[in-house]
Amino acid sequence: MNALGNRWVRGALVVAVIVVALGLPIVGTPYLIDVGTLVLVYIMLGLGLNVVVGYAGLLDLGYAAFFAIGAYTTGILMDDAHLAFWWTLPVAACFTALSGVVIGTPTLRLRSDYLAIVTLGFGEIVRIAATNLTFTGGPEGLYGIAHPTIGGFVLRSPQALYFLGLAFVLVVLAGSYNLARSRLGRAWLAIREDEAAAQAAGIYPVHSKLMAYVLGAVFAGAAGSFFAVKLTAINPSSFTFIQSVTILMVIILGGMGSLPGVILAAAVIVVLPEVLRAFDQVRMFAFGIGLIILMLVRPQGLWPSRIGQIERRAVAVSEASAAAGVAADAAATTE
Amino acid sequence: MNLLEVRNLVTAYGSIEALHGISLDVADGEIVALLGANGAGKTTALRTISGLLRPRSGEVWFAGARIDRRPAHDIVRLGLTHVPEGRWIFSLMTVDENLRLGAYAEPRVPQAALDRVFTLFPRLRERRAQVAGTLSGGEQQMLAIARALMTRPRLLLLDEPSMGLAPVLVRLIIQTIAEINRDGTTVLIVEQNASAALRLARRAYVLENGRVALEGPSADLAKNERVRQAYLGVGAPLRAQG
Repeated sequence: MNALGNRWVRGALVVAVIVVALGLPIVGTPYLIDVGTLVLVYIMLGLGLNVVVGYAGLLDLGYAAFFAIGAYTTGILMDDAHLAFWWTLPVAACFTALSGVVIGTPTLRLRSDYLAIVTLGFGEIVRIAATNLTFTGGPEGLYGIAHPTIGGFVLRSPQALYFLGLAFVLVVLAGSYNLARSRLGRAWLAIREDEAAAQAAGIYPVHSKLMAYVLGAVFAGAAGSFFAVKLTAINPSSFTFIQSVTILMVIILGGMGSLPGVILAAAVIVVLPEVLRAFDQVRMFAFGIGLIILMLVRPQGLWPSRIGQIERRAVAVSEASAAAGVAADAAATTE
Repeated sequence: MNLLEVRNLVTAYGSIEALHGISLDVADGEIVALLGANGAGKTTALRTISGLLRPRSGEVWFAGARIDRRPAHDIVRLGLTHVPEGRWIFSLMTVDENLRLGAYAEPRVPQAALDRVFTLFPRLRERRAQVAGTLSGGEQQMLAIARALMTRPRLLLLDEPSMGLAPVLVRLIIQTIAEINRDGTTVLIVEQNASAALRLARRAYVLENGRVALEGPSADLAKNERVRQAYLGVGAPLRAQG
């Protein structure tokens, strides 16, 4: 694909996304708006996990745990303490950050394989705890969570909740964008490229990784808080291992580290199963086939990041230069 | 007092000992070269000094502080910066991002350091926005040194800065190292190119199989028959100053 064509395609996609995002609540049916709101939740989750996996290169297999902690914090505080939605947000952020620190501090010193195992376990622990504790409502979970209010206005309609979600997404999007270009963002990229070289430049890898892990956790917590007031009912089945894998799929499908990629992939992951409802029995089977075809056609992701593109080119160049080096050595020995 | 003092340093990779107790000193303001064949332990010595490897025993003192138990990122903050072998630049970042990363230890990027680096390497100023992986080998080496200078080190450890470079670039890099030293930065350099290193450095150590085999002023070592045979080519006359 040539660069100009690529730019046109991308420009058109950006315009299309903005038109759909703003037009949906105006012309869409309540069902479509609900699907759109679910896309927004997955965008938030994808952007959060992207900080952990895409930016810092840490494999987290239990990301839904932070999503659950955010959702349950907001749900319990609103149900039992009758706190306003907005007051539960900072509390949820603190809880998710704290759990991120507790899980991250010992495990981030180890190789990333161990992190994957520990996070996998953490995800299950949180889900099983939520299923068995009484204050989390057990397997039935929490229900009757109040709608959020702004001023005296209750956000009850699908449209209002959609716009609340959109506002959340914009904040998380701006945060992610700036993080990638910050001092911390450079440190993450440096660690991903070469941890020892990063240390030689004065970066303490454990600290930088912990920051990524905790920030990702807070993003998921915010998504969880929104999720709780959007559905007004939550239960442990929303926070399974499959949920963690689905969020991971969003960033792999989109192209690691790419923000537009997360948005596109979140839309695909949510909308595709809806479109396939016509197939009824084989719906999830068709969904799986669809994802496999997408990864075969675009292994680099739907919208690869700048870094991702350079990475692939660098591999190609180094292979070419290795081949050239062999050729040059051969030429030198025959001289 | 010496800026760097290394005492009986022993470093091992698992059960294989690479350094069998080396000692060396670097005084404030000098350039010292570390020579030796492949596998003699030069790179291991530098990596141990900068904290990337933990010594099994022995001591490293820098500016009066013992640093052999400190982590690498901490040692950088004390003013000892290592330019590792093979131009460890961050190839996915731009030149500018690499330099900013070099100043990571400081809360904001020091403009004075950036200006100095661009004065030393005007080529890097031209290529500021370019992705570092697309630079030529010489430019990448310049960037690796420039990034280290962003930390404003008192002591610079250079590992094979001339490796894989064309002769004209080797000369340029060597001249720049001399210039960096004139501005007040102490240098400990590991070099395969022994003749260039001996011309640049005031003193040198020769490592053999993880031990210091010879040490002394560069001029003496350049005349030493063993050094000439092993590192400068058998009986080859020393090339004139370039």
